Amino acid sequence: MIRVVLPYHLRNLARVGTEVILEVEEAITQRSVLDALEAQYPMLRGTIRDHGTLQRRPFLRFFACEQDLSNEPPDAPLPEPVASGREPFIVIGAIAGG
Amino acid sequence: MSQVRVLVGTRKGAFILTSDGKREKWETSGPHFAGWEIYHMKGSSADPNRIYVSQTSGWFGQIIQRSDDGGKTWHQPGTLPGEPTTTPQGLPKGESNKFVYDASAETGKPLTTHQWYDGTQRPWEFKRVWHVEPSLTDPDTVYAGIEDAALFRTTDGGKNWKELPGLRGHGTGPQWQPGAGGMCLHTIILDPSNRQRIWIAISAAGAFRTDDGGKTWKPTNKGLRSQYIPNPEAEVGHCVHHIAMNAKRPGVLFMQKHWDVMRSDDDGDNWKEISGNLPTDFGFVIDVHAHEPETIYVIPIKSDSEHYVHGGKLTVYRSRSGGNEWQALTKGLPQKDCYVSVLRDAMAVDSLDKCGIYFGTTGGQVYCSADAGDSWNPIVRDLPGVLSVEVQTLA
Repeated sequence: MIRVVLPYHLRNLARVGTEVILEVEEAITQRSVLDALEAQYPMLRGTIRDHGTLQRRPFLRFFACEQDLSNEPPDAPLPEPVASGREPFIVIGAIAGG
Repeated sequence: MSQVRVLVGTRKGAFILTSDGKREKWETSGPHFAGWEIYHMKGSSADPNRIYVSQTSGWFGQIIQRSDDGGKTWHQPGTLPGEPTTTPQGLPKGESNKFVYDASAETGKPLTTHQWYDGTQRPWEFKRVWHVEPSLTDPDTVYAGIEDAALFRTTDGGKNWKELPGLRGHGTGPQWQPGAGGMCLHTIILDPSNRQRIWIAISAAGAFRTDDGGKTWKPTNKGLRSQYIPNPEAEVGHCVHHIAMNAKRPGVLFMQKHWDVMRSDDDGDNWKEISGNLPTDFGFVIDVHAHEPETIYVIPIKSDSEHYVHGGKLTVYRSRSGGNEWQALTKGLPQKDCYVSVLRDAMAVDSLDKCGIYFGTTGGQVYCSADAGDSWNPIVRDLPGVLSVEVQTLA
């Protein structure tokens, strides 16, 4: 069980609460978690990662366990507390715009 | 009893304003998609309850929303929650938000660079949908004008979008460049008398026309003169802000260019200036009376350095002679201390017997004139800045 926290606008788009629960059978990485998230909530495709390149959108960042994981390789294992469901994987929008 | 439904896109959501044919009392619904930029929303003339919306965000990208019940409920076509995301054959299903430029060999590998502000070449990069234009006959077919400039089409109600690559492949792409708002395809006009003919306009490339349903395109900028580009009379490179046409008289086009108000009487092949006695001929919107094809409307903006109305007075100018002779319309509009602008897609006309004119401002007001511009009333005063206004006339 993987817990993912979404920013306000994406919660509204996916019509979910603060946190969503995913079942991820593969190795727990940014890529496998985001693949599972987009499979369960297809309306989120393109909103976190670019449709074509699958790169993280510039104004979004990824956090977990008080670490900024935004620039970690997409296939690097996520921290064990995320993989075990004790801590959430957090998608956060940059504070920008004045 | 006739009704009108005004679709308002703003910086922070969509609003729907409805009234009966008198257009005196209004109901407001919204914000829909609160907090998102709504560049444009438009209903299908083939099925007025079908409405398409361009919902966009610098953070989260592009979303296409669709309503099948006149704006009561919305969904993203092709991406309903809980549905399988692949076909039984394992292929990805439609993704309504996906706009991918066509660079395939089959369609001639359309050019992938355009001119940047500094004169260097930049690759095309999708930013957002500026304008959605439903087909005149099929509610499932819609055209989308996007930034960086290209034309896309869906034929399945917004589930899948494909580029019409002939436009970018026209050959002048490396001379197209962004205006201050980006390199956007913002105007799409479908010819009701000829389904193969479409006009589009791009800032800053100019106007183009296809006569074969979008396969091939030709620039239609002859007669435009833009002093701010190296060759003022170049084939492309002009910053066209908007084009309007009365559907009852296809081929007669009216243009608000960056500077200059223009008209063409030959399908866009040739243009002549009709700015006449306007106090300034910079502006964004232009529209045509629904029943009087020689009656046109503009809202002059002071200059491209000062993006607000001239003299602190919000004034619509009307010409009943197809241009050159303009009458200031001020009744009901603020005539002092007003410093709003009106953006290119933020004016519309209804088709009631007494033609209604509508426009929205960057200050969040939406005005209506139920008497073809003689007098104006605000429908709402305090919305977020208005990006677009469309109106549906309902039986």
